[in-house]
Amino acid sequence: MNHLFEELEKDYRFKEGYHSCINCGTCTAVCPAAEFYRYDPRKIVDIVQTRDDRQIEELLSSDTIWYCGECMSCLTRCPRKNGPGLVIMALRDLSIRTGLFTRSEKGRQMLPLTRTFSRNILEFGYCVYPETFDWNDHKESGPVWKWHMDHLEKSLERLGANYKGDGPGVLRRIPQESLDELKAIFDVTGATERISLVEKYSQQKAEEMGMSLEEYEKKAFEYSSDKHFNE
Amino acid sequence: MIYEGKQKIWKDYQKEIPDDHWYYVRSCIRQNFFPASERKFTDITRNDLGKDVYETPYHTTCGGIAYHCDAIPQETAMTIVARQFALMTESGYENYVPSCVTSFGNYVEILETWREFPELETRIREQLWKACRREFNKPKYLAHTSDLIYHWRNEIAEKARYRLIDKETGEPVRMAEHIGCHYAKMFPSKGIGGAEYPYVLAGMIESWGGQVVDYPERRHCCGYGFRQYHMKANRGYCVSNTHKKFESMEPYGIQAILTNCPGCCYFMDRWQYVISEQTGKTYGKDGFGIPVFTYEELAGLVLGYDPWDLGLQLHQVAVEPFLDRIGVEYDPKAKYLGLNKEDLLKPELPTNLKCF
Repeated sequence: MNHLFEELEKDYRFKEGYHSCINCGTCTAVCPAAEFYRYDPRKIVDIVQTRDDRQIEELLSSDTIWYCGECMSCLTRCPRKNGPGLVIMALRDLSIRTGLFTRSEKGRQMLPLTRTFSRNILEFGYCVYPETFDWNDHKESGPVWKWHMDHLEKSLERLGANYKGDGPGVLRRIPQESLDELKAIFDVTGATERISLVEKYSQQKAEEMGMSLEEYEKKAFEYSSDKHFNE
Repeated sequence: MIYEGKQKIWKDYQKEIPDDHWYYVRSCIRQNFFPASERKFTDITRNDLGKDVYETPYHTTCGGIAYHCDAIPQETAMTIVARQFALMTESGYENYVPSCVTSFGNYVEILETWREFPELETRIREQLWKACRREFNKPKYLAHTSDLIYHWRNEIAEKARYRLIDKETGEPVRMAEHIGCHYAKMFPSKGIGGAEYPYVLAGMIESWGGQVVDYPERRHCCGYGFRQYHMKANRGYCVSNTHKKFESMEPYGIQAILTNCPGCCYFMDRWQYVISEQTGKTYGKDGFGIPVFTYEELAGLVLGYDPWDLGLQLHQVAVEPFLDRIGVEYDPKAKYLGLNKEDLLKPELPTNLKCF
């Protein structure tokens, strides 16, 4: 893929979010990520504005594009109605399609993210689902959530949910025909292909790093070096 | 600012909300973390207010969280939404109400993108037909579930058993509100009050007797950040942002927080617990936290629903001081009981955050 900027221009998020940045830095001033990470959305848009594929490739290979929380606070405040958060979404998409995401620590998180959400959506019909929300990976959810998970069916029954039940209601079982339609949508719209791409590039990177794919996934999920943070 | 000018600006942030006949779709986060809120939304709207709120079991996630974690392509998210619209169309409805701020933002973004790029809508229609053999009409009206509670807030106030008034002092309860980033930051005209003059929750608090308290970081993100939370390695981002909000609100004597987005509600509740474990600091009085509510929970409380039927036992921050403040009658011993008073034991207590 030789013309990275041209690829970005095809993305509808890019069309919506990239107009004429005046480099005022308002986006950076309001950005929750910029306060925490070594991150500056103003600089990212500035780099993209150069249309220089070498610099864009560096961005796609870096941790920088993965720091955004997609809250879109930047979109509200930009005096020119740019959306650096939307530009970030286009950059991330391109980083995944080119395989460059495996070059950065934060980019490698695409493997656990893709596995988690594709499983939740295709097996259960939800983005978040109790069976895959392991308390040991979410101790911030507190002792009350451990209690809830330890008594999941009875606690949900007490609260009027329809957990795994037929018909409408909270946490109902999504009918198989609906799950089949989600799978067909994944196949037709490129999500299935995306899963394969992420798996293929992650496998290659894991081999390069001398790890099994499972070790690679675990490290991506829980390891953070300290190079990302502001002082 | 002169009054007429203010009224003119305010007009831009109002939205038309039909009084009845809504096609309802559920939220992944709200169903998981506040299951009773979703149950009570349908109970309140159907039984207390007599409205037609219809749900089909065939709807699914909108895919919004996966989309904002970059785990599915944009066209996949759009086609999942197109299927949701097809189910609404087949059910004979034209007013569409999701129970999730991420979903609401997703729907608004998709409809606005299709409006601007009609060729993309055509492509998504073709993809939906190819995948599911379905066709759809776009909703005539799109609202978030909080918009409906806001719309019916005065009817709820008329039926209220409790008011948001401190029963000891007679003063209004001091409340902060948090509308959530994707409610109005992307398309301010689609939310009541927009991003600058948030009123969807403030209107409920005022109608039910409370006082809305402003604070400097009122509009700051709760810190969810999608992948920033779902990856364990990134969660410092989340707690840091919540910490910033609580430090900012600390001087203002806030007694409770009302939230729009179920994610925000979960994070602002749970990170108080984490901050207390990490630093020993708590933000409420006497070692308690500041309770954080969904609007269904608050509506249910003022209407007189039992707090444990509303699921308030699933909050990590104890709600009892708030219940006592406004005089809600409840049985403390019933908090962790199952159906038919079955003993389900009790959660362990946090180290520093006072709980029951």
